[in-house]
Amino acid sequence: MSIAQTFLGLLEGSPRHGYELKRLYDERFGQSRPLHYGQVYATLARLLKGGLIQVDGVEPGAGPERKRYAITAAGVTDVERWLNQPEKPDTYLQNTLYTKVVLSLLTGRNAADILDIQRAEHLRVMRELTRRKTTGDLADQLICDFALFHLEADLRWLEQTAARLDQLAATLRTPASRPDGNVP
Amino acid sequence: MTHPTTDDTDRPLLAATGLRKNYGATPALDGATLHVRAGEIVAVMGSSGSGKSTLLHCLAGIVQPDAGEVRYRGRTLSTMSDAERSALRRTDFGFVFQFGQLVPELTCLENVALPLRLSGVRRREAEQRAARWLARLEVSDVAGKRPGEVSGGQGQRVAVARALVTTPRVVFADEPTGALDSLNGEQVMRLLTEAARSTGAAVVLVTHEPRVAAYADREVVVRDGRTREILLAER
Repeated sequence: MSIAQTFLGLLEGSPRHGYELKRLYDERFGQSRPLHYGQVYATLARLLKGGLIQVDGVEPGAGPERKRYAITAAGVTDVERWLNQPEKPDTYLQNTLYTKVVLSLLTGRNAADILDIQRAEHLRVMRELTRRKTTGDLADQLICDFALFHLEADLRWLEQTAARLDQLAATLRTPASRPDGNVP
Repeated sequence: MTHPTTDDTDRPLLAATGLRKNYGATPALDGATLHVRAGEIVAVMGSSGSGKSTLLHCLAGIVQPDAGEVRYRGRTLSTMSDAERSALRRTDFGFVFQFGQLVPELTCLENVALPLRLSGVRRREAEQRAARWLARLEVSDVAGKRPGEVSGGQGQRVAVARALVTTPRVVFADEPTGALDSLNGEQVMRLLTEAARSTGAAVVLVTHEPRVAAYADREVVVRDGRTREILLAER
């Protein structure tokens, strides 16, 4: 996720201090991976340098001075462009699980076991997310749903692959062809 | 009312061992084994035709296995008389099916009260208890309507209320969200699992949907009539 554009979006509502941005970001978007202060100030320095934000005021405090940051017109344009730009759908074509399945078949191991172990691990994580979702607020529900739908897609692949292991094994035994369809 | 779990914590409440069942020449179960402890929610997963619904029907005493046995609280279901098994299904078991299977001529309140009435509870008390369960499942507003007049999600919540109104020890749910959209399915699962946990009922949940299975405490996969469970912690 782009921390820079997220900060710009948060600053569009009103100018804020660096620690406020971190708190808001962590609350709304970073529950499982809160930001380090180093990331916050490095990001703000880059946005300042690029003219996307400016210092709106400086307040003396007990420690170092506290700067308040405001978004510039160029910053608004930048965040607008980012919001309207679709995210690149991840096609997951480089798949570690597929590699493990093929290698286990090639080495005479039990590929069904590998798929089952992965399936159990996926369901364990899905149970954790479901517990978090059922006790959380709407933000938690939407964040967890995003992850749950993706994990469910993985599980469908695991199930489908388990049902086609014999076919895949037969394909791998034929030296002239490769299961990905590419010419060696 | 909740069920004490102390008598069943060490031994399973429901134990199926080596179940085999053929429909003609087609094997549906081929040595399936499943143990369910009091108060736990177990998802039985598997693709269409894997034998998971047959397993549920054997566990509930609806279908007799050709071989193997099902023990409920230490008693073998196949040694009970039909009347005993029927009584067990009325008092100790609750059922939720994919399409609700509510009685179309009765109102939703009467549908929920029905299992109590069949057990001899007087109408007034049965309907009071049914009304409390409809409220708990957040469908009080459909109490006076007939099943044909309510949405699929509402109907399924009425079916959950009917399954739980007798405070059964085991709820058998066969694809309870299979006919619902994603949001309604989530709501039914949340309410079903919350209600079961609050009464101490065990749930045997048959589903092919991983997101539904994720509401359970653990899952067992049925493939070609055999059960398989991966316990990560033991590896």
